[in-house]
Amino acid sequence: MRSIFFWITEKLEKQLNLKSRLMLLLAAICLVPSFFTPLWSLEFWSYQYPEGLNLYIYSHKLVGGNDGNDLKEINILNHYIGMAALEEEDFLELKWIPLAMGIFITLTLRAMIMGRIKAAIDVLMMFSYFGAFSLWSFWYKLHYYGHNLDPRASVKVDPFMPPVFGFEQVGQFKVWSYPGIASYFLALFSLLLVLAIIFSLDLKRKKSQS
Amino acid sequence: MSENKLLARLFLFGLIIAILALLLPGCGGSKSGRGRAGSETGRSDITDAALKTYVPPGDMDEYYLFYSGGHSGQIFVSGIPSMRHICTIPVFTPYPGTGYGFDDESKAMLGGYTWGDSHHPGFSETDGEYDGRWLFINDNAQGRIARIDLKDFKTKQILKIPHISANHGSSFVTPNSEYVTMATRMSVPFPEGTYADVTQYGEKYKGVVAGIKIDPKDGTMSVGWEVVMPPFNYDLGDAGKGVSDGWLFWTCYNSEREFIEGAKLEVTASQKDKDFVVMLNWREAEKAIAANNYTTIKGIKVIDPAKAPGVVFLVGLAKSPHGVDVSPSGQWIVGSGKLSPTTTVYNFEKVLTAIKNKDFEDTVDGIPVLKYESVREAEIPVGLGPLHTQFDDRGNAYTSLFVESAVAKWKLPPYDPGDVNDSKKMEKYVLEKIPVAYNIGHLVTAEGDSRSPDGNYLVALNKLSKGRHLSVGPSIPESAQLIDISGDKMKLLYDAFTEPEPHYAVIIKADKIKPFEVYKQGEWADKNAVWTPEETSIERKGGNKVDVKMTAVRSFFSPDVIRVNEGDVVTIHLTNIEQTRDELHGLAIDNYNINIVADPGETKSITFKADKPGVYAYYCTNFCSALHQEMQGYLLVKPKKG
Repeated sequence: MRSIFFWITEKLEKQLNLKSRLMLLLAAICLVPSFFTPLWSLEFWSYQYPEGLNLYIYSHKLVGGNDGNDLKEINILNHYIGMAALEEEDFLELKWIPLAMGIFITLTLRAMIMGRIKAAIDVLMMFSYFGAFSLWSFWYKLHYYGHNLDPRASVKVDPFMPPVFGFEQVGQFKVWSYPGIASYFLALFSLLLVLAIIFSLDLKRKKSQS
Repeated sequence: MSENKLLARLFLFGLIIAILALLLPGCGGSKSGRGRAGSETGRSDITDAALKTYVPPGDMDEYYLFYSGGHSGQIFVSGIPSMRHICTIPVFTPYPGTGYGFDDESKAMLGGYTWGDSHHPGFSETDGEYDGRWLFINDNAQGRIARIDLKDFKTKQILKIPHISANHGSSFVTPNSEYVTMATRMSVPFPEGTYADVTQYGEKYKGVVAGIKIDPKDGTMSVGWEVVMPPFNYDLGDAGKGVSDGWLFWTCYNSEREFIEGAKLEVTASQKDKDFVVMLNWREAEKAIAANNYTTIKGIKVIDPAKAPGVVFLVGLAKSPHGVDVSPSGQWIVGSGKLSPTTTVYNFEKVLTAIKNKDFEDTVDGIPVLKYESVREAEIPVGLGPLHTQFDDRGNAYTSLFVESAVAKWKLPPYDPGDVNDSKKMEKYVLEKIPVAYNIGHLVTAEGDSRSPDGNYLVALNKLSKGRHLSVGPSIPESAQLIDISGDKMKLLYDAFTEPEPHYAVIIKADKIKPFEVYKQGEWADKNAVWTPEETSIERKGGNKVDVKMTAVRSFFSPDVIRVNEGDVVTIHLTNIEQTRDELHGLAIDNYNINIVADPGETKSITFKADKPGVYAYYCTNFCSALHQEMQGYLLVKPKKG
């Protein structure tokens, strides 16, 4: 048992090889799109909106489709059921997600330069927690908006859960909720980190020694 | 729509028609047998016509058709080939449907007039092609011209200028939108406002033609110059292009230059065999202005053609002419005398030569009259009552025949030199005629006034429509007929009906116009706009003036209560803060005759005197949401004491 811990510690002290460092660099680059492309997008479609209404969630802003107007339109429609308006100021996430992205880029580059496997693992673990927390936060926000409806609203509807992932019929709207381009890059970031670690663990050689 | 889908639809449609034709042989016959023209659309043509005009639900038309609205003072917009009416653009007449003529701005633009007589729409052009920016239209009644912006289909400017009486020879636009024309139809004493009895008609009365400058950036119209002309009646016109670029043309009648009380103008103005076509060189007019060769009268630079040689020429045309139209190349100027069964083609190259050689046959008030035989290319025996001519892209011309109720298709020059002086031999250049129902006035082909007409559709704008539609009593609507001119034979495709009373119309390819449907916040800044219900206000501006800044959004007004005192002058600035297309809001105040409509993002202001004490409801007129009925408020007008 003890030997496993020693073995782990020994492995983690190892250097990252050149291939892994290159992957870390690529991984850091994968975080850059999160400043420019949406993390998540929702599309609302009904007959009276033949082009659909689009809402794009970026790391630092909420953007409606049709030059921003779709967000305004979604808020106008939601006011009938007493849902609070989606306003950027109410989303603390839009402040800390970009900060977190910056930190992860820095940490990834640091791991690349310092070149220890353990540094890469630190990044991977923190990022996993960050990803899970963000998803929960997103779920919680949607839950909050869907369940805190003004009791004096013109149109009374039962509290509901807007779709976090996938398709759902909400009233007259067909709603699609899917990750945006930035999220796919975040997934790629995690994959690159894992691969970078695996490639430098040198598992094969260990077997031949033992 | 994919090609397969289209074919499937066409096939299905054809099949249904075929089955109907088999099942109901009597029905189709009795309907088309109602009028003589109706029977021209034989059964085999019905399928063809149906397929060519049917625009399936959700699909769009290929062209916009802008009809003048005549004395309705409006413009009607339809689609081709469906001929479906899409909207009405109010121009010279208030239009409650869009609140036009009620709000302060449009009311001021109408200048106190409650109607106009819109006749001839004309598109702005770039290099002789319709550019889809603006549409100009004249008011025959009040001597005005208006500009519609085709970005939002709204009337943006109405220009009224002095000296023009009954602006009929308008709105013809030069190839790069340098000028749009105006012209006096009914000569009056000059300058405007002068009193002179009709017994002094020949001396004191004058006609005026004008070049209205168009700002190339924003389309704003201003008077370039006026030319004071003999007391004829200036009728229709056109702008030169190609070889005739730089020239303007008008026909005129009553070259007898008299108005004899009780003697009937229709008689006195038909005594001479020929009236005139006016040919005006607007570049020479500009030179005359630059050389200070003008008089300023009532703020307008007026050119006397006798003192500015080279600006205006006349040439004879069969009496009581109506239309004068320039062919796509600009070389052939086609004029028609209503009382003559021929249409005259002038060769503009010969016109230039005649001017150079001073080949004149007469002078009228110092204006040279070109020798008719020197500039005329040929006279075409088109038929009875020729009025207007339009063109296709294959060297053909189409002339409306008022008396014959038909469209004549004929060939533009060149002609065999042996034929031109023999009217019998000229008959072979008249290729075909198609009857219309009934008494055609203007006609228009797709992009027919441009340098490159499309040669597929022609709309006959008929003056009468009896028996062609479900009866609606004695106020019978007007008719327009869509004719396919793409093949060797003209084919009648469709009957459409409009309110009174289109004169001319223009057709433009649909993709040339790209309107926006929302006034974007930030791009359209009205100084009185407020964009959130929180910013709205009711402010007393000293004395009895009250300023209300109001917002409308689904489904409430803010403020929803306005308290004023009897006698206050109230201005409401209503901003529709929606940014979604088709979310219009109206504001009507009951019993105050107030009705304004604000499109998404638009601010409209209305000023009124609160002279009726009491409580008046206001509400949204334009259905906006499931809670539209609830969109209302109250105007409280507190009575004066005592």
